[in-house]
Parts: sequence; structure tokens; C-alpha cells
Amino acid sequence: MARSLHKPSAVNIAALALGLAFLYLPIVILVIYSFNASRLVTVWGGWSLQWYRELFNDGAMLSAAWMSLRVGVVAASAATVLGTLAAIGLARGGFFRGRTLFSGMLYAPLVMPEVITGLSLLLLFVAIDAGRGFWTVTLAHTTLTMCFVTVVVQARLNGLDRSLEEAAMDLGCSPARAFASVTLPLIWPSIAAGWMLAFTLSLDDLVIASFTTGPGSSTLPIRIYSEVRLGVKPEINAVCTLIVAFVATVIVVASLASKLSNDRGENAAPL
Amino acid sequence: MNGRRIFTRPARIAAVAPYLWMVLFFLVPFGFVLKISLSETVIAQPPYLPTFDIFAGWEALRAALAKFSTDNFYLLATDDIYIFSYLRSVTVALTATAILLVIGYPVAYAMAKLPRRWQAIAMMLVVVPFWTSFLIRIYAWINILQHDGLLNSVLLALNIIDKPMPWLSTDSAMYLGMVYSYFPFMILPLFATLAKMDGTLLEAASDLGCSRLKAFWFITVPLSLPGIGAGALLCFIPIAGEFVIPDLLAGSDNMMIGQTLWLEFFTNRDWPVASAIAVVMLALLLVPLLVYEHIQRKQLEHG
Repeated sequence: MARSLHKPSAVNIAALALGLAFLYLPIVILVIYSFNASRLVTVWGGWSLQWYRELFNDGAMLSAAWMSLRVGVVAASAATVLGTLAAIGLARGGFFRGRTLFSGMLYAPLVMPEVITGLSLLLLFVAIDAGRGFWTVTLAHTTLTMCFVTVVVQARLNGLDRSLEEAAMDLGCSPARAFASVTLPLIWPSIAAGWMLAFTLSLDDLVIASFTTGPGSSTLPIRIYSEVRLGVKPEINAVCTLIVAFVATVIVVASLASKLSNDRGENAAPL
Repeated sequence: MNGRRIFTRPARIAAVAPYLWMVLFFLVPFGFVLKISLSETVIAQPPYLPTFDIFAGWEALRAALAKFSTDNFYLLATDDIYIFSYLRSVTVALTATAILLVIGYPVAYAMAKLPRRWQAIAMMLVVVPFWTSFLIRIYAWINILQHDGLLNSVLLALNIIDKPMPWLSTDSAMYLGMVYSYFPFMILPLFATLAKMDGTLLEAASDLGCSRLKAFWFITVPLSLPGIGAGALLCFIPIAGEFVIPDLLAGSDNMMIGQTLWLEFFTNRDWPVASAIAVVMLALLLVPLLVYEHIQRKQLEHG
């Protein structure tokens, strides 16, 4: 691009600032209120950590958080392996029979309403008589999040210079060796970013988890949702603040990884 | 190109596991949805008939198949509740997408005009909320909109209103929540096409005496059509099936189809009707999905 569209005008800057304020203001307000000593939202009772203390005494919330973390780690890891393999197949496999179906299945869950995905997986689990709980939620999350991993890793693979792999093979590398010593190190940051994306998505999901979990094993979003339906509670502000802080940390790490891969050349996944 | 051919086969073999996985856990489940949508509701566990016994043999399967009925679909087509739900979903999704387009375009446009370095930062800033739990983002609005929430306090303090206004449980609150949640989904594709645009076209237009507004309308907008299409569909399809946002922010008198499905499934325990709703919803959403797929392929062809 020689010159960009013109310089940003005052109107442009204002639009951008308003847009970003719209995105961030509600979250900032939520975070501030989580430190409010007063139970009433209208009253500012000074800074306090009491809602965090109450949160850490809430057994149901803690066990839900623990469940979410376990589901997230297992699902994200499985999704990363499967999603990376899928990305390799799509980016390097050429045109094979059933490729359109394959990519269709991988892209559909990205936009499909979650109620449909959740319902269909539940009906499968009921039909094969699988006991619902940790494993069914994990399986459902693996299916959903591997699609996101595929998109991220495939974008990176498409951006790679193929002549590097070909050169390695011309010099006597087997395809597996060329992949392990040339391709994998180059796509590694996007695989890591894919894992983190899968993990946060799993941590975030309410609808699919509601369909696929059994009694007694709720995830954090299910727990928050049932509390939120009963009205605003300061403890919820606290737990939400903790999640926001956690996710923000994960994103910063992921984007640093992605920036690292950017600095090595080529355009990376839109992260 | 010998090397490439060597690489193709292992890559295809690598795809076998995810392929099987998606068939098993994405495609096959739809078979079950379809099957149960044709079943009859009963009070039992599981709450539908007929059930298949895979080992009972061909005759038993045939007998079960003979019991399939389209009653659930007949119900969907004749009962106002379902028809209104579908209509409301489409109306809400169209309205929300239109609002998103109107307010998302200026933001994406402004981002595209930033210097490269700042573009990356702005994009990062837009993506972060997209990664933050949507449930939390909806909840953040409840904090603001509720009866004794921030909005009412501020308006009362400024003497703009003299008693608290009911913001929550209204359609406006729901639209606000939707626009807020899907904002990044609209901005990112728009930004992607706008950032790729060749600025010299606009310079040429202004050299030839075109006003900036005219240049925007006749050059920028048509060139960004793929982004507009992608953004609109990325928002329209999930919004049409939304459950959480209308459930937490809108009133309970007008339900969207995702809520109706949820209600049939969890409250009425009518799995066959819930499945039938899902089948029809999927069929309706397949139209924009195919359009989206078509747009993407076109974009790929143009490089």
C-alpha cells in the first residue's frame, strides 16, 4: 500500500474513540463495582475486597470454577491436536475427496447458533447412553473449539513459504522430518495461540455446556448464569472481574506469541 | 513440484482423525436431531418414541421407522407461538445487524485509516472484548441498566428524569446487548476489506473532481461489499439463534426461536418438538450460510 486512504480525520478519531469506549466502559464499570463495599449498586461505600472474600467461601462457585478449568485444559489440548491436524490436511492435502464436506463441517460450528450444536450433541450422548458430566462437556467443547484452532493454524500455514519445506525435502528430509524441523517451529506460535483461544472459549461457553452436562457438575458460566437470573449480586461482579483479569492475561501472552511469529516474517493469523 | 506431492499424502493422512471426529460429533448428531424430530413425545426416559435398538435387527428397525411422524413439523407450521418466534428471530437479527453495520462501519473505516502500527493496536483493542466472556459482558450491562443501576442514578442526579426508568427487560436493552456482543464480529471483516483497499483509487477520484462523500459512496462502499456481506452474515446467523441475550435483557413476552427451543427442551421436556425447531432453524439458516460460503469462495478466487 503506497499511501493509506488519507489521514484519519477528527471525525474518524472520534468514531474510533466512541467505539472503543462503548466496548470497554461497561467492563470497567463492572470491575470498579466489584470493589464497592456497599451491597447496593447506587451507593458507593468505599473500596473493599469483601465480595472477593465471600467468593472464596462460596463452595459451589469454587467447584464450578475447578470443573471449568479441568474441562478447559483437556478440551483445549485435544482440540489443539485435532485442529492442527485438520489445518495441515486442509492447507497441505491438496484437493481430496470429501474436502468440501470436511471444511464445511469445520466452519459451520463457528457461526451456527449454539443451541443447535448443544442439542444435537446431547441427543447423541443420550442415544449412545453416555453418562453426562465432565467427559461429555469436554467432548462437546473439543468439537466446538477445534474448529477455531483449525482456522488460526490454517491461516498461518497458508501464509508460510512452501519453498522452505520443499528445500528441506530436496536436501533429503522425509516429509515427516521436514514437517517436524521446518514447518512445526514456524507454526508453533499459532498452535499456542490456538490452544489459548480454545481454552478461553471453553471457559466462556454456557449454552453447549448446559445441554451436555449432567446434574451436579456445572461449569462456571452455568453457575454464574443461574445467579445472574436471580438478580445482581456483588459476588458476581467479583468473579467476573477475576475472569476478565485471567482472560486478559491469556490474551496478552497469546498476542505476544503471535507477534513473535509476525516478527519472523509472513502475516499470521488474525489474532 | 515434486516436494509438494510428497507432502500431500501425509497431510491427508493427518486429516483422517479430525475428519472422523467431525463426522462422529458434528454430522452424526444431526442425524439424531432429525430422527427425534420425527418421533413422538412420551413421558419416559428418554422422553420420545420410537427408540432404536441397534442390535434388534432389520425388522425391528423397519417397525420403528414406520412409527415416524411429521406431527411435530405440522405443529410448528400451525401453532402461532412457533411462527411468531421464527418471525421475531428474523426481525431481531435483521434489525440488530443493520444497527451493527451503521455503527460498525465508521469504526472500521477509522481503523483502516490509522497508520500500520496503530492499526495493530486498534485491532487488538477490538479483539480483547471478543475474547472476554460474553456472559460477563451481558452481565455488565445489567449492572448499568437495572432499576437502581448506574444509568438511572446518573440520569436522576442530572435531573434528566425524576423517577427511575425501566431500562432492563425491554427490547432496547436486548438490542443494546446484541450490538455490544457482536460489535467485534462486524468490525473485523469490515476492517479487513477496508485496510486492503487501494488508496490511489480515492486519490484518482479526487484528482478527477470527485467530492470526498461521492468518492466514499461510489468507490469505498462498493469495494467493501465483501466485508459488509461477511460481517452482516457473521452477525445475523448467531443473533437469530441467540438464547442468552434475550433471556437476560429482554422482556419475557416475545421469545426468539432459540429461547423457544430452550423452553421446549428444558422446561416442557418435549425433546421431539425441540428437535423439530432445531431442524427448521437449521434449514432457514442454511440459506445465509451458503451465501456466506459463496462470498468467501469469491474472495479467495480474487486473492
